[in-house]
Amino acid sequence: MSWPAILVLAAGAYVFKATGLLVFGDSDESSLGIRVGRLLPPALLTALIVVSTFGATDGKGLALDARAAGIAAAAVAVWRRAPFILVIVIGAAVTALLRVLA
Amino acid sequence: MRKRPAYVRDGIALGAAVSLFAVSFGVLATASGLSVAKTCAMSLLVFTGASQFAAVAVVDAGGSTGAAIGSALLLAARNAAYGLALAPILRGSRLRRAIVAQVIVDESTGMATAQPERADAERAFYATGIALFAFWNIGTLVGALAGTALGDPETLGLDTAFAAGFVALLAPHLRRRGGQVAAVGGGLIALALLPFAPAGVPVIAASLAALPALAVGRRDE
Repeated sequence: MSWPAILVLAAGAYVFKATGLLVFGDSDESSLGIRVGRLLPPALLTALIVVSTFGATDGKGLALDARAAGIAAAAVAVWRRAPFILVIVIGAAVTALLRVLA
Repeated sequence: MRKRPAYVRDGIALGAAVSLFAVSFGVLATASGLSVAKTCAMSLLVFTGASQFAAVAVVDAGGSTGAAIGSALLLAARNAAYGLALAPILRGSRLRRAIVAQVIVDESTGMATAQPERADAERAFYATGIALFAFWNIGTLVGALAGTALGDPETLGLDTAFAAGFVALLAPHLRRRGGQVAAVGGGLIALALLPFAPAGVPVIAASLAALPALAVGRRDE
């Protein structure tokens, strides 16, 4: 990639990040934009979990593999109120263990 | 002395996990033909992990620069949703907001919006955002200079670590009806689009789940 291409990518990525903060930064807590904004994290976090758990690692499509077991174990840990770092370690460890066994 | 809040420690832990992917990025980027300077500039200026990997993968596969930028921006688009979600949390002058916007990513947004109090949310955002920025850039430099990864992050199960963290950060949102509807809707939209949509689209499209959640969420108040 050329320097101009890197700068175009950086500018594009930055515009995405900054727009909401700059346009809605002074909006009232009860405005429509802010109320929609509060509901975006649960929607997008779940989507990210789905994509990184079931997305095929080699291109498009769905996959059911060691990642699903890791996430299921992490979900149980969250339900049992385990601390954040323990949840991450459990998710990674279960996935890694199944990969070693496979 | 006041006890350090858990989110500072948690944010640093996420940063440490991110650093291994940053090393991978540095290795892959230089292997695809980027100079060390360009590789590090990408991590400093673009600072969106998934986008950077996508851009380098397209270039490495012989794709055009336009295709590389297009794939990367499709993955970066979700940050627009995060900017909106963080608007009531990151107050302050326009200049300050313009600067802190650079560290808006999945992890900093997730950690901030999981806090019930605004002041904690703001501090959690800074702790996580700054830790990620530091680890991401140091890791990139190490990978670009070393040229070989310290190990495959996937062998350690680290590709699951972030999704596991997101499960923990999702939990507080599920205490409200609106959050429950948004989560289920977002998950279903992503699952439906995953088999055929280009990378990035299933996550942006999940934003639409905020609309039914808004209707249900009124009853929360």
